[in-house]
Amino acid sequence: MSLSLLLDMAASGHADRIALGSRGGGISFSELGARAARGATVIGQLSPSHVVFIGRNGPAYPQVMFSAAMAGVAFAPLNYRLSKEQLHDLLGELENSLIIADSDYVGLLHEHDSAVMSTAAFIEAAADAPPSEAAAVADDATAVLLFTSGTTARPKAVVLRHENLTSYIFSTVEFGNADEDEAALVAVPPYHVAAVGSALSNLYGGRRVVYLPDFDAETWLRLVHDESVTSAMVVPTMLARVVELIGDGPAEAPALRLISYGGARMPRPVLEHALRAFPGVDFVNAYGLTETSSTIALLGPDDHRDAFGSDDPAVRARLGSIGRPVPGIEAEIRDEDGNPVEVGQVGSLWVRGGQVSGEYRGQGSVLDNDGWFPTRDLAHADADGYLYIEGRADDTIIRGGENIAPAEIEDVLVSHPAVKDVAVVGRPDDEWGERICAVVVREPGIEVATEELRGYVRERLRGSRTPDDIVWRNELPHTPTGKLLRRQLVAELSDPSTTESTIKES
Amino acid sequence: MPLKPGTRLRSQVCTTEVIVVRPAADELDLRCGGQPMIEIGSDSTVAVGAGGTPAPGLDEGTLLGKRYTTADADGTLELLATKGGAGTLSAGDVALVLKEAKPLPSSD
Repeated sequence: MSLSLLLDMAASGHADRIALGSRGGGISFSELGARAARGATVIGQLSPSHVVFIGRNGPAYPQVMFSAAMAGVAFAPLNYRLSKEQLHDLLGELENSLIIADSDYVGLLHEHDSAVMSTAAFIEAAADAPPSEAAAVADDATAVLLFTSGTTARPKAVVLRHENLTSYIFSTVEFGNADEDEAALVAVPPYHVAAVGSALSNLYGGRRVVYLPDFDAETWLRLVHDESVTSAMVVPTMLARVVELIGDGPAEAPALRLISYGGARMPRPVLEHALRAFPGVDFVNAYGLTETSSTIALLGPDDHRDAFGSDDPAVRARLGSIGRPVPGIEAEIRDEDGNPVEVGQVGSLWVRGGQVSGEYRGQGSVLDNDGWFPTRDLAHADADGYLYIEGRADDTIIRGGENIAPAEIEDVLVSHPAVKDVAVVGRPDDEWGERICAVVVREPGIEVATEELRGYVRERLRGSRTPDDIVWRNELPHTPTGKLLRRQLVAELSDPSTTESTIKES
Repeated sequence: MPLKPGTRLRSQVCTTEVIVVRPAADELDLRCGGQPMIEIGSDSTVAVGAGGTPAPGLDEGTLLGKRYTTADADGTLELLATKGGAGTLSAGDVALVLKEAKPLPSSD
């Protein structure tokens, strides 16, 4: 049961339909199958242990992914926005890799020992290669490795096995469920689990995929219109940009039937604006984690419509729900002792099912003895079984769908001569889901301005790590053993009665 | 012994192949076109078509991508056809039926 089985079914079942690109001139499902069979030969000749992809999302992405699957080699898409040093760190963990990289990133890689090919060179070599039969792979062989930043700055690779991903598809997608005119617009980055999920579910459903590698709202709206896009998946930050651009009027998206969103907390004002801007379009809130092979719960179109159409605050509150578990997934909310909580009580969300991996490379499985995975999200359920996420059980900041470990930023800031102590926390933000707030205690007698500290971080880390706010404090709350009381600090920041007005510069 | 999820079976009389998505509670005599199905990857060397042609009444065909279950109301079995063929799937002599799936909106 491997990913190549899904490809094989799609290539024969939706053979002449267009799988990737524009309706005229795109790649058909049977052509995608043929290209993957030839790509597998190119990979097989080098006998790598991993196929690493460093590039933008686009038609090459599923071709490389399925070529690797057919060759029986694990596929590891890396974040192309990482610095050279960070990329080298991750590549160091992926011994004996074939690296396929977009031409602008090949230059970053020549010092590395592994074989490097540009994406274009790989596609070209595959076009000239003879086809291979799909390699026999065990159900529990690794299909995809995805790096997640987790709570520490050191990224961990989540292991998604063939059986996890095929289980996700077989339990949530009907083969060929897409009408012939359907097209999905994919704007998520290729190293995100949603990119893996969309490549598989659109393939299996028989839906054409149009890519937008570098998101901007204007191009997104233009593609939705020009490509007759019928469904699109966005992170909240993207939807915020789109509705801001649309303003008061309805969007010009005549073919659009469905918008699914996920990846981070969706600000209510953005969702309500979107429901007004896209009348008649179905909305789906998809909740999932890298460790669960994408979506494990969803709030469907009727739920959105009922909630949005109601004046009853209790019914309307369902717009903030992640919905109910998908088929094949069990969910349980547990208290600190591991016992299930009552309806309405907040606890830790645990899930179980064939698509759940819960396993990290070099660290093993974090599933309990009965196969349950701790999401580390706090949640409660209502009487109808709808789930509501109350926040992360750990401290990861999710800004614009990107997981950010506070420690990474704290480590940089504390190295500045004027910084005596610092805590980086996430605060609710209507555009980004969360914004990065650095709470700084200054060294006595050293002056430093907000912009200088922000610039200091920007020079040393990726742009998305730059604090949105710097808040000055005389001291930070710590335990007697010196451990930062992060939640107490967040609560203080949210309390208007504290002296924020006198200590915040912006 | 009941089949495990993920087990793949093939027909002896046509091109049909299935995967076990959910096993039945009890052991079933799964057939295609009237002949017992063979586990893919087992040592069997029976070639496709070696079992003859589908038996009359069990030649309605199996459709690629469709889910099949037993005709009794509480059947837990779910087979997914990964290749279509001319034979009809059955448990013993009783033909399997198409399993209606609840449509789920696309989420990614």
